[in-house]
Amino acid sequence: MNFKTLSVVAAVALAMPALGSADPDDDTLIINEEIEVATKVEPAEHLDGALYEVISGWHFRNDDTQAMEMDDFDNPAMLGAENGMAIWNTADGSEGKSCADCHGDAAESMKGVKATYPKFDEKAGTLMTVQMKVNECRTERMGAEAWSYDAGPAIDMEAMIGSQSRGMPMNVAIDGPAEPFWEKGKEIYYTRYGQLELSCASCHEENYGNMIRADHLSQGQTNGFPTYRLKNAKLNGAHSRFKGCIRDTRAETFNPGSDEFIALELYVASRGNGLGVESPSVRN
Amino acid sequence: MKLGTLTLALAMMAGTAMAEGVMAPQDVEFDDYGSVEQSLTGKPGDPENGLKVYASKGSGNCVACHKIDAIDAAFPGNVGPELTGAGDRWSEAELRGILVNSKKTFPGTVMPAYYKVDGFIRPGNAYTGKAADDSFGPLLTAWEIEDLVAFLSALKE
Ligand code: HEC
Ligand code: HEC
Repeated sequence: MNFKTLSVVAAVALAMPALGSADPDDDTLIINEEIEVATKVEPAEHLDGALYEVISGWHFRNDDTQAMEMDDFDNPAMLGAENGMAIWNTADGSEGKSCADCHGDAAESMKGVKATYPKFDEKAGTLMTVQMKVNECRTERMGAEAWSYDAGPAIDMEAMIGSQSRGMPMNVAIDGPAEPFWEKGKEIYYTRYGQLELSCASCHEENYGNMIRADHLSQGQTNGFPTYRLKNAKLNGAHSRFKGCIRDTRAETFNPGSDEFIALELYVASRGNGLGVESPSVRN
Repeated sequence: MKLGTLTLALAMMAGTAMAEGVMAPQDVEFDDYGSVEQSLTGKPGDPENGLKVYASKGSGNCVACHKIDAIDAAFPGNVGPELTGAGDRWSEAELRGILVNSKKTFPGTVMPAYYKVDGFIRPGNAYTGKAADDSFGPLLTAWEIEDLVAFLSALKE
């Protein structure tokens, strides 16, 4: 093959994914040949017809990226989850306790947590994310310092806790005391921020399946978070993702851990109710 | 005069020329269908520069959402319709209106307004994620809009 043919072939190969991936694909997600994950489900009633099918971001990634998530040995996010498990078993703070001292085996005590968070917490009187709950244990029961949001140990711990719910359907509560938070999150979701005047819905509801430059737009679901992004080669929290998306509208963003993003996390999670938990997932 | 000073002086002259005779974003008038009759600069646009503005990521970045058959730009998106033959479908005034503020032509559209400076929610300082400061201006200059109008008008099938 001469150079010319080669570059033509390469150009075609490069062009293919963009052209071939306009719609979510029909693959099936089974992790470790064992955990079946529902990646396409009926929309919850509270979506009011906004989506006719709820689809995991996994379907919008190419086969190689998809495959990485199907086997823990190939999934780079599992290194973070393993580190989370090491931290789980290590004593910290003035009380000299580890998470395991109170919660025992995470595979039992943390099962189902990711599927139901963010959740209204009676004692705290507010909506809490998994990371907030972890920090509550650290500061109130371990005498340790709070971790900063979406950073190092916090995200590894969230990945480990999330992995205990893999395959379970997302099922966050939006009624009762959670409702005002949900309403607030919904308002943020549909607000057209920034100089580009784009809302979450502009990209992830009206245009999922379409290409925005080289990016294949998904529904922006959170059932896979934390997620390992090949682009920045680390675990990313949902709030950090929200921040990046709002920044891309040329807007002043909110910060990870802010009241706005806590409410938005509940609302976005509720759009994905029914999807199987994939945490920690792999995306590009 | 050294070369550096010379280019600076020229740039300053260009700056004054730009301010004069250029319509400010706040002064643009639309008709009932969103068209803008009056040129923003009073001068014909340069279609070749229009193509650059259209295709480059750091400028108009129209290719993020649009495709034109005859143009070989990397990774055209498909959030917006194909613009092949746009010059057959739209007059200059209509194209100018779509560029200045597409929402006057297509209510609720996701296409951004390229020559507008107010009415934004939490406007930022470009892509930094920080709040807008004194440097805040429209996405494109009046000249760039006119260059795009010239470029798009020439797209005939
Ligand atoms: C300018 C377009 C745009 C806007 C506006 C936008 N996003 Fe995104 N978002 C993207 C792109 C591109 C990606 C990466 C590809 C994908 O998964 O869709 C992404 C990815 C995501 C993901 C990761 C999905 C996954 O499976 O890993 C989430 C969650 C998300 N966005 C939520 C949001 C929320 C919430 C908002 C509003 C605050 C928002 N996005 C606004 C373009 C946008
Ligand atoms: C974020 C996406 C987006 C970007 C960026 C964008 N557009 Fe659009 N554009 C659209 C959409 C969507 C429409 C269709 C209008 C509608 O019904 O909403 C459109 C419509 C148009 C039309 C009318 C097309 C027709 O034939 O009906 C023209 C012309 C146009 N855009 C030019 C441009 C130019 C030039 C730029 C860059 C300076 C640009 N657009 C940037 C999304 C975009």
